[in-house]
Amino acid sequence: MSRDFEWPEFLFLLGALRWTVVLAIIAFVGGGIAGLLLALARTAAIAPLRWLAAGYIGVIQGTPVLMQLFLAYYGLAVLTGIRIDPWPAVTVAFTMYAAAFLGEIWRGSIQAIPRQQWEAGAALALSAPSQLRHVILPQAFRISIPPTVGFLVQLIKGTSIASIIGFVELARAGQLIVNVTFQPMVVYPIVAALYFAVCWPLSLLALRLERKIDAALGLKRHP
Amino acid sequence: MKYVFQFGIVWDHLPRLLDGAWLTLRLSAGAFVLGLTIATALAFIRNAGPAPLGAAVRTYVEFIRNTPFLIQLFIIYFSLPAIGLRFEANEAALLGMSLNFSGYATEILRAGIEAVPRSQVEAGHSLGFTRLQIYRHIVVFPALRTVYPALASQFVLLMLGSSLVAAISAEELTAITNTLQSTTFRAFEFYFVATGIYLAMSLGARGLLDAIYWAVFVRGRPMDRAWAR
Repeated sequence: MSRDFEWPEFLFLLGALRWTVVLAIIAFVGGGIAGLLLALARTAAIAPLRWLAAGYIGVIQGTPVLMQLFLAYYGLAVLTGIRIDPWPAVTVAFTMYAAAFLGEIWRGSIQAIPRQQWEAGAALALSAPSQLRHVILPQAFRISIPPTVGFLVQLIKGTSIASIIGFVELARAGQLIVNVTFQPMVVYPIVAALYFAVCWPLSLLALRLERKIDAALGLKRHP
Repeated sequence: MKYVFQFGIVWDHLPRLLDGAWLTLRLSAGAFVLGLTIATALAFIRNAGPAPLGAAVRTYVEFIRNTPFLIQLFIIYFSLPAIGLRFEANEAALLGMSLNFSGYATEILRAGIEAVPRSQVEAGHSLGFTRLQIYRHIVVFPALRTVYPALASQFVLLMLGSSLVAAISAEELTAITNTLQSTTFRAFEFYFVATGIYLAMSLGARGLLDAIYWAVFVRGRPMDRAWAR
């Protein structure tokens, strides 16, 4: 006799949603730190640094997240010689994934700041690191916020892929509940609604911030 | 115990991997065409259709863009049979990819449509064109040119995302890799090579799409041809 989808099952999904959020935050923070380094490397004066960063970003953006996840999972197993649990693999894989995308977003933000701003900094006798830190990055930071929030939505949705290697987050929890209730018509739409409840407000926020910054920069959205 | 890499066994199974890659390419191309067709219609409805329909399109686009592709696949493949809609794995994969792509493409096309100068639309009105005629003869092609780079990027994302249809047992590159690694116990080697194949496909697709853009929109003068038509 199978169970019905009732309150405890819903609470199980909600509990699993927590791990979706935790994974997304870890990847976002770790990927943010690595992504900042990548963005700086991509805009550095030293050519090999630029090539390395561009190569890394190209490979990550040119391959499926699922493959990166499998490689992290089995790669760590090869390195340590034991079958590991999914936690280290998913955090490593999603951090590397987030780093590439955030690095590319922030590179675009840094390069969107007019060259004259660097020159103005130089004219004030600021050293190159000071120009970056006090003139460029504060401005780049502002325009990078909307696409960064937009990527966060992509990252949250992307963590559902971790379910494929058995990491129990919202998507995997949905599968487990379907296995005991045999009610995919009820469970999966609810899972989708939970993702929507998390992602949609962030998407709206990204759109609002984008309009605000466009307005501040004097860009009109509707010509 | 030291792990010894053995890529020879992957080499032996390369034809099967390439079969899978071929299905990946076919699914992606099919979903691109289907999804873009749906998106063109949806963008028109959203832009010029009656308000309730426009709101429905907006809801659809928001749903697609704010839920995971994997869950959309699960709904199509596992949930819909409960109301009598049953698909083969490959059909469900194509349908899921098309619908997912259409959500993003509608939003991309909308941006392109909004970028077409209003005066051109008004010129169409003054010539007595209907809304559909204006859309078809004045708006669509310039809008497509504007959004081509965004659509090209979205196509690469579509192809990479297609690896998820392995989860509903469509037999593309990822699924074949899963099967082969589980029978040979050479997981890392198989995934490594499959990743390389995906990388080659996405670089190839990007190169091809860039070449098409150059041939259609840069080298030729599309405005002349648009007038000749």
